[in-house]
Amino acid sequence: MGDALLIRGGTVLDPSQEINEPRDVLIRDGLIEAVEKDIGPERAARTLDASGLTVTPGFVDIHTHLREPGGEASESVASGTRAAAAGGFTTVFCMPNTTPVCDSPLVVRSIIDRAREAGHARVLPVASVTTGMAGERLNDYRILLDAGAGAFSDDGLPVENAAMMRRAMQAIVHLGVPIMDHCEDMSLTGPGVIHDGPVAARLGLPGIPRLSESLLVARDCALALETGAHLHVCHVSNVESVEAIRHFKARGANVTAEVSPHHLVLTDEAVEAFDVHAKMKPPLCEESDRQVLIEALEDGTLDIIATDHAPHAPGRKETLIDQSPFGILGFESAFPVLYREFVAAGRWSLEFLISRMTHRPAAIVGGEWGTLRPGRPADIALLSLGRPWTYERSWSRSRNSPWLGETFDAGVAATVFGGQVVHGADRFDG
Amino acid sequence: MNLTQGGPSGSPCFMRPSQGRPVHGRFSDSGILQRMPTVQHASRDLMTIRDLSRDEIDAMLDAAAAFRPLSDPAHRTRTDLAGATVVNLFFENSTRTRTSFEIAAKRLGATVINFDIATSSVSKGESLVDTIRTIEAMSPDAIVMRHSSTGAPAFVKRHTGAAVINAGDGAHEHPTQALLDVLTMRDRLGSMEGRCVAIIGDVRHSRVARSNVYCLQKLGARVKFVGPRAFVPETLRNFGVELQHDLRAGIADVDVIYLLRIQLERQAEPMFPSGTEYHRLYGLNECTLRFAPEHALVMHPGPVNRGVEINSGLMTHERCLIEEQVANGVAVRMAVLARAGRRSDG
Repeated sequence: MGDALLIRGGTVLDPSQEINEPRDVLIRDGLIEAVEKDIGPERAARTLDASGLTVTPGFVDIHTHLREPGGEASESVASGTRAAAAGGFTTVFCMPNTTPVCDSPLVVRSIIDRAREAGHARVLPVASVTTGMAGERLNDYRILLDAGAGAFSDDGLPVENAAMMRRAMQAIVHLGVPIMDHCEDMSLTGPGVIHDGPVAARLGLPGIPRLSESLLVARDCALALETGAHLHVCHVSNVESVEAIRHFKARGANVTAEVSPHHLVLTDEAVEAFDVHAKMKPPLCEESDRQVLIEALEDGTLDIIATDHAPHAPGRKETLIDQSPFGILGFESAFPVLYREFVAAGRWSLEFLISRMTHRPAAIVGGEWGTLRPGRPADIALLSLGRPWTYERSWSRSRNSPWLGETFDAGVAATVFGGQVVHGADRFDG
Repeated sequence: MNLTQGGPSGSPCFMRPSQGRPVHGRFSDSGILQRMPTVQHASRDLMTIRDLSRDEIDAMLDAAAAFRPLSDPAHRTRTDLAGATVVNLFFENSTRTRTSFEIAAKRLGATVINFDIATSSVSKGESLVDTIRTIEAMSPDAIVMRHSSTGAPAFVKRHTGAAVINAGDGAHEHPTQALLDVLTMRDRLGSMEGRCVAIIGDVRHSRVARSNVYCLQKLGARVKFVGPRAFVPETLRNFGVELQHDLRAGIADVDVIYLLRIQLERQAEPMFPSGTEYHRLYGLNECTLRFAPEHALVMHPGPVNRGVEINSGLMTHERCLIEEQVANGVAVRMAVLARAGRRSDG
């Protein structure tokens, strides 16, 4: 039996294998051994009773901020991955806007080492496109990948110079990973705080025009079409960006795109109720944009969901809206919020939601996670559906979520990473 | 300072009411504007015009009118606020508004402390929270504040038991300016019901415009915004106003021409070519004034850029009410401070 673990009595939902029925999951040596009906408990040393729970692959989030090194007041690799585990995530990509910037094998390795020490989730650092995210010099991409990086991005300081971006795409085109593009024209953003729409006009806040995003989406999709490189557009927020992506996908560009839970659920109207916890980049846009984002995820123009988990230390958010940093927490609220808004509300099947949080994001970055196929790492989320769960506390070091304190009708009961129960273990004690 | 602002609410929110968070338009402790309850007879604060009822506005205007005889030196011995402390907390320069509040407080018998931001620890990196906590430890009865950020008074209110009076927050609201403007209009026009006011200039960045549009609409007046696209964008249409980009058409049928201060020289990246160009297109002078009705009044919150918003000759025109506005400012601020009264939390 070795150290075999049996997850027994649950309903297995694995969109990568089109499984959605009562099955048991047998785990050995940290890998999935079998997903079958009625696996006998004698085949495992330990059994977890999953009756009443839905057993899915662990979630994959390819856009997060773990803040280490340099931003440990807001988050560490250990605290961030613990929050990830609490949200059902077992594989996370973390953005390079740290201090120092993740642009060297040394920083890549240090982040991976910290994640291994903590043991809550798999972490793949996203290395920067240009050295120091300064937009001036290309990095050594193959060397960074060999060190363990998972993709490339200059994140919140997107490559401004089109020729530089073109050269970067030409350099990564055969490496099998995307450039993850936070599309923002800083000259149009200016001092903008929220979406430049009716709410900004009402409140007298400086606005971020929608073209700030969509202009760069269009430019970089055009570069992707020309170079053949894989461009992954981050956190798409408005209708113009969706139309640009749709256009260039139809032309054959190797473009994928993600949308965040908050852009699917909130609009700029949320600023009045949630204050700084509705301030992020790109900004929440209008209801007509939100509807287009939902439809674009449904028709495949947008491929996946990513949280853009962006912790900010409590003191930094306790200020005026135009002075507070951009971004909100994402890991722990993602599934409960999306389940409530779209699955419980009857718009999406659970399979639809889970596929866009598991094997589909993994495929974008060339990873074989987000699946319960035999031989793959035993990364599993156990979901409790239809039972109230209150987001009472966060494992993050930060508290900047609009949803803290809310009660949801679904939650993550437990998470297994590499065969170890990393969240919700107390549920199975005794 | 930059100009003024305010805005209407209105669009529905898709967020669900059920989940333990405040519904849009209700009252969140963490919300940017921290709405006061709609029944607010007991409210001592003045954050926005948007949250006032018509009755409250009328009551404050009537109270202000009753204070006006105090401008007569023989009547300056009121004791409404004797022993009370009013803190003027101005994070932006303002000689006129701060002085107006100071005179108003002193005529009611209050002690006035002017918190000088330039020499305070704020400029040494102390946070706004720490500044407010320090001031709160001195138990002031009212804090009159101006700040460059939308929502700053609501933020401060979370940390103090003093009444908070907004003397301008970013491009959001400047409620006492709107009250003194409407008091001035009411003196000349009687009721504002059915009247039409054209607000001309950089409406997008004007807190004066926002507080005025709320105040005027609540009193039954119609409002137009007039100016170039950069100052009068389509997003302002949600205020329920007419947008007009031509001055002559904009003032053709109005009772009041309200000019906003243009400050291109203080903008790092000016939104409009120049003051000269602005005056050519939107400046009020003897020539352009002829396109307005004969009875139309001319107002400006001051200070005036002569030759930009208005030419010098019109400043002394009998229909130009700028000096009346200033005089009414003291009366309005007395009414607002008297309403605030003393703190009651010991």
